[in-house]
Amino acid sequence: MKFTLSWLKEHLDTDASLAEITDKLTAIGLELEEVEDRTEDLAPFTVGYVVEAKQHPNADRLRVCIVDTGGEQVQVVCGAPNARTGMKGVFAPSGTTIPGNGMLLKPSNIRGEESNGMLCSEREMGLSDEHEGIIELAEDAPVGAPFAQIMGLDDPVIDINVTPNKQDCLGVRGIARDLAAAGMGTLKPLDATPVEGSYDSPINVELNFENGYETACTCFLGRHFRGLKNGPAPEWLRRRLTAIGLRPISALVDMTNYITYDLGRPLHVFDAAKVSGNIQARMAAAGETFLALDGKDYELDGEITVIADQKAAEAIGGVMGGEASGCTDETTEMFLEAALFDAHRTAATGRRLGIESDARYRFERGVDPAMVRPGVEIATRLVLEMCGGETSHAVLAGTPEVPAKVVEFRPDRVSELIGIDVDEAEQRKILSDLGFGIVDGEGCWQVTAPTWRTDIDGEADIVEEVTRIAGYDRITSTPLPRLSVTSKPALTLAQRRRPAAKRALAVRGMMECVTWSFMPRRFAELFGGGTEDMLLANPISSELDAMRPSMLGNLILAAGRNVDRGFDDVALFEVGPQFRDATPKGQDFVAAGLRRGRDARRHWADSPREVDAFDAKADALAVLEAIGAPTASIQIAADAPAWYHPGRSAVMRLGPKNVLAAFGEVHPRILDRMDVAGPMAAFEVFIDNAPLPKAKATRNRAELLVSDLPAVQRDFAFVVDEATTADSIVRAAKGADKGFIGDVNVFDIYSGKGIEDGKKSVAITARLEPKDATLTDPEIEAIAAKIVAAVSKATGAVLRG
Amino acid sequence: MTDPFFIFQLAANQVRESEIMTTEIEALQDELLAEVAGAADLARLEATRVAALGKKGRITAQMKGLGKMAPEERREAGAALNRVKDVVAEAIEARRLSLHEAELEARLTTEGIDVTLPIRQQPQGRIHPVSQVMDEIAAIFADMGFTIAEGPDIEDDFHNFTALNIPPEHPARQMQDTFYLPQREDGMPLVLRTHTSPVQIRTMQDTPPPHRIVVPGRTYRSDSDQTHTPMFHQIEGLVIDRDIHMGHLKGTLEAFCQAFFEVDNVRFRFRPSYFPFTEPSAEVDIGCSYEGGKLRIGEGDDWLEILGCGMVNPRVLENCGLDPSEWQGFAWGMGIDRIAMLKYGIPDLRAFFDSDLRWLHHYGFVPLDVPTMSGGLSR
Repeated sequence: MKFTLSWLKEHLDTDASLAEITDKLTAIGLELEEVEDRTEDLAPFTVGYVVEAKQHPNADRLRVCIVDTGGEQVQVVCGAPNARTGMKGVFAPSGTTIPGNGMLLKPSNIRGEESNGMLCSEREMGLSDEHEGIIELAEDAPVGAPFAQIMGLDDPVIDINVTPNKQDCLGVRGIARDLAAAGMGTLKPLDATPVEGSYDSPINVELNFENGYETACTCFLGRHFRGLKNGPAPEWLRRRLTAIGLRPISALVDMTNYITYDLGRPLHVFDAAKVSGNIQARMAAAGETFLALDGKDYELDGEITVIADQKAAEAIGGVMGGEASGCTDETTEMFLEAALFDAHRTAATGRRLGIESDARYRFERGVDPAMVRPGVEIATRLVLEMCGGETSHAVLAGTPEVPAKVVEFRPDRVSELIGIDVDEAEQRKILSDLGFGIVDGEGCWQVTAPTWRTDIDGEADIVEEVTRIAGYDRITSTPLPRLSVTSKPALTLAQRRRPAAKRALAVRGMMECVTWSFMPRRFAELFGGGTEDMLLANPISSELDAMRPSMLGNLILAAGRNVDRGFDDVALFEVGPQFRDATPKGQDFVAAGLRRGRDARRHWADSPREVDAFDAKADALAVLEAIGAPTASIQIAADAPAWYHPGRSAVMRLGPKNVLAAFGEVHPRILDRMDVAGPMAAFEVFIDNAPLPKAKATRNRAELLVSDLPAVQRDFAFVVDEATTADSIVRAAKGADKGFIGDVNVFDIYSGKGIEDGKKSVAITARLEPKDATLTDPEIEAIAAKIVAAVSKATGAVLRG
Repeated sequence: MTDPFFIFQLAANQVRESEIMTTEIEALQDELLAEVAGAADLARLEATRVAALGKKGRITAQMKGLGKMAPEERREAGAALNRVKDVVAEAIEARRLSLHEAELEARLTTEGIDVTLPIRQQPQGRIHPVSQVMDEIAAIFADMGFTIAEGPDIEDDFHNFTALNIPPEHPARQMQDTFYLPQREDGMPLVLRTHTSPVQIRTMQDTPPPHRIVVPGRTYRSDSDQTHTPMFHQIEGLVIDRDIHMGHLKGTLEAFCQAFFEVDNVRFRFRPSYFPFTEPSAEVDIGCSYEGGKLRIGEGDDWLEILGCGMVNPRVLENCGLDPSEWQGFAWGMGIDRIAMLKYGIPDLRAFFDSDLRWLHHYGFVPLDVPTMSGGLSR
């Protein structure tokens, strides 16, 4: 909301400085966005009288001017074609910075002639792009007077941010009222003396609504004018509108804009000659079309309020007028409309039709119903002043009266809710200055909200009004009472796992990413998503239209972007949400990551190797370890989701159903479709699937039972079918004699010469741990035999000879 | 050279020539010691040891000859031989040590490396600034007795809007450009939450007061330009108790800002504002200055808006089944990305979500730099 200082002072009697006023605006919740004050940079510029302009002796296009600046006569060399003897222009002395181009004026000698200043063009003054000649001021402009003052440019433009609850401050008068309440002066009385009409309006008004739609428009006050002479509005009005960024059009149209910004009261003017018959407010008919003042055609429907004459809709109620009945310079008869439109319906209409307008902006936030009549009277006077003519008696349909809103308010609530002391007298003054009515009661007042405060809903709103005007700076910082001497954990065990997972992966050399929760549908489909229920109805682009079913898609795309930047070796992860369905439980917290390229940079000592599925497996296990999952009990099965390479991937399960993780190479077809060069090894850990530890009465660990007796390492090579998993061999070996067999590990896989086709040799090493005495050779042999027997039984393995 | 059979001969001839024998033993000792001293390397020293003390060595052979001597001679010669044996063994050991030292020294002089060569690279990972800042925030609010609460990103219209006193036609709905999903079967519109505030509602509905929670998480608005991204992060705070007032709100936020920005003093300004879910509402500005292009938080003449807050609107309490005459409190919300940008001088919000390795490495945090109140939030 923009206005100028002089405009504000039409309503506010104040000695306060601009800075005091702008500071106060922010302090009472009318946040200052910007002050545009040209007074300072225009200060050196004055009205100059060209006493003489003669041809420059050495330059065809230049003139040598003697300028009377009010105190002295200065010689200026000027190139403007319109510089001539006897004119008045804008003079800038040497030492001035020219606003339009930032140039600093210095005394100079131009082809032999002294020049000690400048006569300026509009472009040089930063007023417009006009640079054909210098500015010509009116003949009666006083020589030496400040240019800014002559042009009305000494009126600072103030722009404030008005929150949706402060619709009363969408008019300058409301702002003045708030400032007055906050001690910035006094609110001037509003002169809304009725202007008597001299004839009956030839146009009548009616509200024509079917059952249930009566609230669409509850009041329509109209007035007919004739004998008008439309045309440009007076200078002061055009200047104010220009200052706040509105384009002056004609006196009648400018008047409506002015009242909209001055009183927050939108009005509309019809060219009465173009209206046939009476005017009514009604709902539009389905399919009815309308050419609005913005030059666009709109198709209306039965939920949209229109103002119509006998033939057609002439305005969309509270939103925009129509082209057909708009006022022009030729208009001599006019019909003025001041109506009350339903806020919600106006908002819905504006949204549906995509029309932003000053009227809509105000109606959807709530317009003061009590301002219908004064608004019309003030508008009437303005029209008659500017355009002459005469006016009819007003015609009214409906009523501007609305029931007063009364709120019970306990003055004590200010200290209870805000923690500040504002005594009752101060509270009373603040509220009455803001227009609230107060009826006393025992510790509780009946507070009547003024008609312009359509936002007041309850006691808390009154507390806010008091606090806002008393000043938020009175609120003193108070520490929250401590709940316990030492602080308790803020995170649950489940929540703690996420930072643990992140840091575990970062320690493994991976970069943490945060990628969008959405992704392109065509890619979401590759990961089992992209179903209708997971699509955004209004995506920002088709690249971000589906909720991600897996984080891998976005990580693959992220890896691709890095490859495109010349980074072939990529290790990325993300810990975040992914989405199965739209229910609160359909969202999973997952740690996912991928690696691409080599595991390290090329090095003088060691060659890096290409990353593979086992890197992803290690990453997944690292996360599971970090979050405290029972990794020893994990089973690995080769049934990873479809986006993994079918032969080089697996899931990690706990029991038959609970999948903790999936890992493997990304399916080459997926990479193809996403146009990202592989191969890549990826994993997903479903953090929340890992069981939480049971609540324990003690943090004590189980006793550590170890022996100092030397352990023995025994190696075995088994020949098994190609399809036999290493895991089944290791498990069988471990289970052969649990009392003695510790760690078992695979240290070699071999197939080829010496091994039958379709078979492979798997070499394992087992650690045999004694209990009470050092193991003897026969004991070792016995355990080894058990291992061979167990592995053979489980896998059909034969000990390699 | 002393003949090994010499002592046998002595014995066989039964000649009492103890003096001669003593001389011979001394000569043997001298001879062996000379050999030890002359052994040029460990291999030769070992050969010398075997020749002297081995099973077939000279001293061993002499020892074997003792049995044939008369008891008295045997005792004398035995003692002498044992002394020789000890002396020689000791000399060998000493020589071995010195040869070993010399050999090590010689080897070490040949074993230089170019210590300036690069190490085997252990690729360094990084924690994203959003995660780091979330951890910092959790540490601060844990210290103030808060717990972390969470809720779903896909919200229903009731929790995201209606319960927060934003009915369908409320102008505030237009303040936030909302992403919609297909509505639920029961007709309830579904949205991507536009703020973390719905978790206030879920918390108050699901658990009895008092409440003291913070809610970090992803939030979404259909906005995309230089300074807006369709997804961003917010942290919400909620305190509900019997006597909590706006002074506590100010105290809490001031304490947070001081702790988070790690400065002793932060100039603080509460400005009246409007949010449907709080009444009264405020926006908070903190003092700052710009020096040499770097932002300094705390003192300074400029103001920086960092968050919105207020006393929880009684309508919201009622919507959650709480009696506003009994319970009251405050709530606030602020952008995590934004305060991360402010604290760490990160210029572009959009880069947060681009996963550029260079950006992640530059603005990210080393993995074990875990923020704590005891150890400090950052370094």
